[in-house]
Amino acid sequence: MALKTEEMILNMGPQHPSTHGVLRLELELEGEIIVGAKPHIGYLHRCFEKHCEAMNYSQVIPYTDRMDYLASMYNEFGYVTAVEKLLGIQVPERVEYIRVIMGEFQRIASHLVAIGTYGLDIGAMTPFLYCFRDREKILSLFEQTCGARLLYNYIWVGGLSHDLHPDFIHQAKEFIKYFRPKIKELNDLLTKNKIFIDRTANVGILPLDLAINYGISGPNLRASGFKWDIRKDDPYSVYHKFDFDIPIGQGAMGTVGDCWDRYYMRVLEMEESLKIIEQAIEQIPEGDVTSAIPKRIKPAVGQVYSRVENPRGELGYFIISDGTVNPFRVKVKGPSFVHLGIMNELLKGYMIADVIAILGSIDIVLGEVDR
Amino acid sequence: MSLLDKQFSDDNIVITKVDDLLNWSRLSSLWQVGFGLACCAIEMMATSASHYDFDRFGVIPRPSPRQSDVIIISGTVTLKMATRIKRLYEQMPDPKYVISMGSCSNCGGPYWEHGYHVLKGVDRVIPVDVYVPGCPPRPEALLEGLLKLQEKIRNESLVKKNS
Amino acid sequence: MKTTEDIFEILKTNFGESILELISTQPIEKYIRINNFEIDKVCLFLKDNEDLLFDNLMNLSGVDDANGKKTLSANGTQIISGGTLSVFYHIESTKYRHKLVLKTSAEREKPDIASVSKIWRHANWHEREAFDLLGINFLNHPDLRRILMPYDWEAGFPLRKDYENPEFYLGMKVPY
Repeated sequence: MALKTEEMILNMGPQHPSTHGVLRLELELEGEIIVGAKPHIGYLHRCFEKHCEAMNYSQVIPYTDRMDYLASMYNEFGYVTAVEKLLGIQVPERVEYIRVIMGEFQRIASHLVAIGTYGLDIGAMTPFLYCFRDREKILSLFEQTCGARLLYNYIWVGGLSHDLHPDFIHQAKEFIKYFRPKIKELNDLLTKNKIFIDRTANVGILPLDLAINYGISGPNLRASGFKWDIRKDDPYSVYHKFDFDIPIGQGAMGTVGDCWDRYYMRVLEMEESLKIIEQAIEQIPEGDVTSAIPKRIKPAVGQVYSRVENPRGELGYFIISDGTVNPFRVKVKGPSFVHLGIMNELLKGYMIADVIAILGSIDIVLGEVDR
Repeated sequence: MSLLDKQFSDDNIVITKVDDLLNWSRLSSLWQVGFGLACCAIEMMATSASHYDFDRFGVIPRPSPRQSDVIIISGTVTLKMATRIKRLYEQMPDPKYVISMGSCSNCGGPYWEHGYHVLKGVDRVIPVDVYVPGCPPRPEALLEGLLKLQEKIRNESLVKKNS
Repeated sequence: MKTTEDIFEILKTNFGESILELISTQPIEKYIRINNFEIDKVCLFLKDNEDLLFDNLMNLSGVDDANGKKTLSANGTQIISGGTLSVFYHIESTKYRHKLVLKTSAEREKPDIASVSKIWRHANWHEREAFDLLGINFLNHPDLRRILMPYDWEAGFPLRKDYENPEFYLGMKVPY
């Protein structure tokens, strides 16, 4: 006769060093096997959507910064793209180029944090220090441009707050020259590390049909083997002018869509971002970056859903205008919010030691989950 | 130790006050709770990473509040989180210190007016020793806040106040 | 690739009365209004039909239309009675690359809308969020609880236009 066993409930978080913020996971365990996981979110719910209704269109931009705080530039980029669609204005080409350059630098910075903390989560301290060393260089480029390290308020509706620093192009080139060998160093240090592969390959496999049905996007979707990138498939800004690849998961170390694939997508994407920046700083036209900024933003009655490819996936803004200076409703579709919803499916059947590996590979930012 | 190593022919005695010894040892190994809340947590991570190196002040993150001396409230405290923060604080052993990092945990920051779910200042639930302003504060500002806390600890005394 | 007008015709022939109207007066986005109790059947059709294949729900957003009667209460706060709460669905097909916007509305006093969480799984959390912030009740939702606000939050639904924040929550003062 089999022994009657009872499932154990284990609480992980909200204070846990590997939850990347204030997430609480309620794990149902049978021995060491996970049979269910319930994420509890909302510990960082900062009422973004209520603030949007109380502010005018340009005052919302600093709040978008604070949603996905690892990719602030891209949040602004997405928001202003949506408002510009609503207003129906064209921005100067130079502005679009600078936005793309900043967005791609932000993507590299965000992926560096993702990779660094992922290493840290599963026991490798050194990659974290290496990644943050390189990230500081990008942050100092941002700081030189707009004065802030983390939350920029740089990309405005119709333009930018400042033009590039005269020395920016030179320094960006220097950075690309510096950073290319560092990716190789990172590969030697972590990507091909035996212990790392053992912890991540064949763990947390996400099948493609499940991924699409759960609305997964960004590197996590591409790791499952689907070539889908909004920069190419629903182009915005000037992305159609650049030549870059969309890496997809190959299952090089295990199965397609496992943790290692999701991790490796980010490494490959950093190289693609470098390619885009290189082309953009070659082609960037001269011009004024503040000329198209509207004096007063008052869109006609209407609504728009606009999406961009944030470092984590599809970031969408749904804005309804009632013809006044304040948005009537802003709803944000954050990629992290959607990705976290799959945790229950993804964790089922794995060991308790894999929870951190799977959670880290999804790369969530709680500021955007809770808004 | 290298400077002191094998430099003396005999055993030595250092005479100091108990207060000074305790304060010195407390302030030079302030272990923080490894705990981040929001945007400021990223700057806190940057502070403890390679470029700014929190470790040189003796600050290392401990995953458990029960082994920590200082808690850095790094980000917006929401109503849902406030009760948990209070519980974390209560789990820490005395003497314990609190650094409130960033405008949000100082006073609600940009969320002070319409933030229906934001606690306007962490000092409504736990006592704060040092407030670091900024949104988010630069790593240098956090280091300055830590130095202020060390200064505060340096001037503490074991002697009863009313004796 | 099909336009909104084409899809409206297809839906009209298949569902008749449940498809209310096509709104194309707005400058940027056109949308189709659908009966709030039939939305799940329409969505399932849109997802499974060979020519449509809307496999990706991009966004689901609840909206307080604030189109009811506005009165002032004794302490000067606004109260809205009557009118509707709405939900917008933005869907797309990753195969055919067409997009569609659906809207469904329910009465403010009894906001019942059929759930689509069985069709697109991540609608589960989006619907929980709409319930949490706007109080829209999704019928047949597997787990309709608050998601962002605390589970014991009793002061109502914060994104409604006539929401009033409480003075205290668990002994903590809420206003500045």
